[in-house]
Amino acid sequence: MAEPVEKSTLSHQRVVSAWVFLAPMLAVLAVVAVYPLVRTIYFGFTDASIDFPGQAQWIGFRNYLEYLDFGDGTGEFYGLLADPDWWRAVWNTLRFTFFSVLFETIFGMVIALVLNTQFPGRALVRAAVLIPWAIPTIVSAKMWAWMMHDQFGILNDILMKLHIIAEPVAWTANPDTALLAVLIVDIWKTTPFMALLILAGLQMVPKDMYEAAKLDGIHPVRVFRKVTLPLIMPAVLVAIVFRALDALRVFDIVYVLTPNNPNTATMSVFARENLFDFDQFAYGSAASTLLFLIIALLTIGFIRATRMNLGGER
Amino acid sequence: MTIPTPVKRIAFYALVLVILVQALFPFYYAILTSLENGQALFEVNYLPKAVTFDNYQHMLTDGVFGHQIFNSIFVATVVVIFSLSLGVTAAFALSRIRFRGRGLLLFTILSVSMFPQIAVLSGLFELIRNFGLFNSLWSLVFSYMIFTLPFTVWVLTTFMRDMPIEIEEAAIMDGASSFTIIRRIFLPLIWPAMVTTGLLAFIHAWNEFLFALTFLSTDSQRTVPVAIAMISGLSEFEVPWGNIMAASVIVTVPLIALVLVFQRKIVSGLTAGAVKG
Repeated sequence: MAEPVEKSTLSHQRVVSAWVFLAPMLAVLAVVAVYPLVRTIYFGFTDASIDFPGQAQWIGFRNYLEYLDFGDGTGEFYGLLADPDWWRAVWNTLRFTFFSVLFETIFGMVIALVLNTQFPGRALVRAAVLIPWAIPTIVSAKMWAWMMHDQFGILNDILMKLHIIAEPVAWTANPDTALLAVLIVDIWKTTPFMALLILAGLQMVPKDMYEAAKLDGIHPVRVFRKVTLPLIMPAVLVAIVFRALDALRVFDIVYVLTPNNPNTATMSVFARENLFDFDQFAYGSAASTLLFLIIALLTIGFIRATRMNLGGER
Repeated sequence: MTIPTPVKRIAFYALVLVILVQALFPFYYAILTSLENGQALFEVNYLPKAVTFDNYQHMLTDGVFGHQIFNSIFVATVVVIFSLSLGVTAAFALSRIRFRGRGLLLFTILSVSMFPQIAVLSGLFELIRNFGLFNSLWSLVFSYMIFTLPFTVWVLTTFMRDMPIEIEEAAIMDGASSFTIIRRIFLPLIWPAMVTTGLLAFIHAWNEFLFALTFLSTDSQRTVPVAIAMISGLSEFEVPWGNIMAASVIVTVPLIALVLVFQRKIVSGLTAGAVKG
């Protein structure tokens, strides 16, 4: 669209109406997002308590790091950055994010490739694949908690019949398998999302490319590596970014499947426990702020790296 | 080719079968459990043994589960209405009108949709208590805007951006105001996109757990995800799995039905929301 030589009153009117249209949405976002975020960050620098957060006193960085001098030449560090539980939560979150996104991408790719092939009953399979995604997270967590029950769970039964395990495993309680249990549920639930996004990318690949490759007798694996993968990579990368940002803030699966388990508690779980269960409102706010900071930095990095088009130009 | 075609075909269908079984089995097993009672619950069955609807009857008639379903429907519906009405005009401005700062605004809206919910939790908690909304369903309507509104605006913007400019130009020539253009031209054209967006926002709101867990404190006010998470027996050794699975099936079947009916639209909505930058 060519810009008019002179800014007409018409286009001026349209710009004014744009802001009028945007105002209610922006006002709501300011109240539900910006203000609470600012308050959370502020609470992290105070001694706020849950009952009277308004009476909080500013204490600087003491929730983050503080050196307590015992006066006899010794002392100790306190605060989030010196808290082993916090670092354990960070580590749990990173491990969870890495493995869930890795396996979702692999399985999502396999399912997308299957769904991209013509075969009888394809529509039905695609519908079936969507079902785990349609099931509410809490319901998935409860369903799997029941299937992973140490005494009456069907998962142990299946694995024992297949002679993969010799005796029942307490999947969600055992420190060695708790994170694996959380991962299984999350991967099961979210792979359909990944598969759909990859499938959408696959369907953009021009069909004649495959026909040309077939005529030239090029091996399908080579075609996939040299033609398909580079073409769908942008879509896959964006999907990975979205899933990773989602996985970093995981809360409900962990909270319901493995409650009070330090081996799986993620940053979100750590923050909420401190906010509402341990009476450490300010400390929990500081943890929330750190998580926000981590996600914000990663988001900006990802958006820069993938050069997403945000200007609204086509 | 070294591998003969029939072998390849069998391998392919085996893969399809694995995909089907992993996707369907957990929900099948939930239904199976929900139809069992007493002793049958505590032996592993792969096929239904004795079918009873006691668990469903218990959940729907005794106690507050029916009320909790109503809570969820109420919250999700109001959230969808608010997000769509605020979102459609905003999306029009962001997709059809050129103005300074538009890119920055879109970026801000996208960032808000990436907020970790936990980052606003303590601030929202204070705000909701000060407004006197604690333990009220309105606290959820209010707080859910943080994720449904950016999502709605973002998806509707990508949909509207793809519409031809000519119809709009004709209307401008005829002297129609922007509001008239939205109402008379865009609404009839984008209602399918609005149905999709609304449905996805509904599912989001229906499934939300963290805010519902934090801002509601009494059983009768709770929404279904929190209700299901909190179903417990007389002791920790007596978890009523039959009831939990019945409740799970009740809240999931409508969602699965909606998703299957609107399959194609949902896929296009999801990809517009996530992939098109």
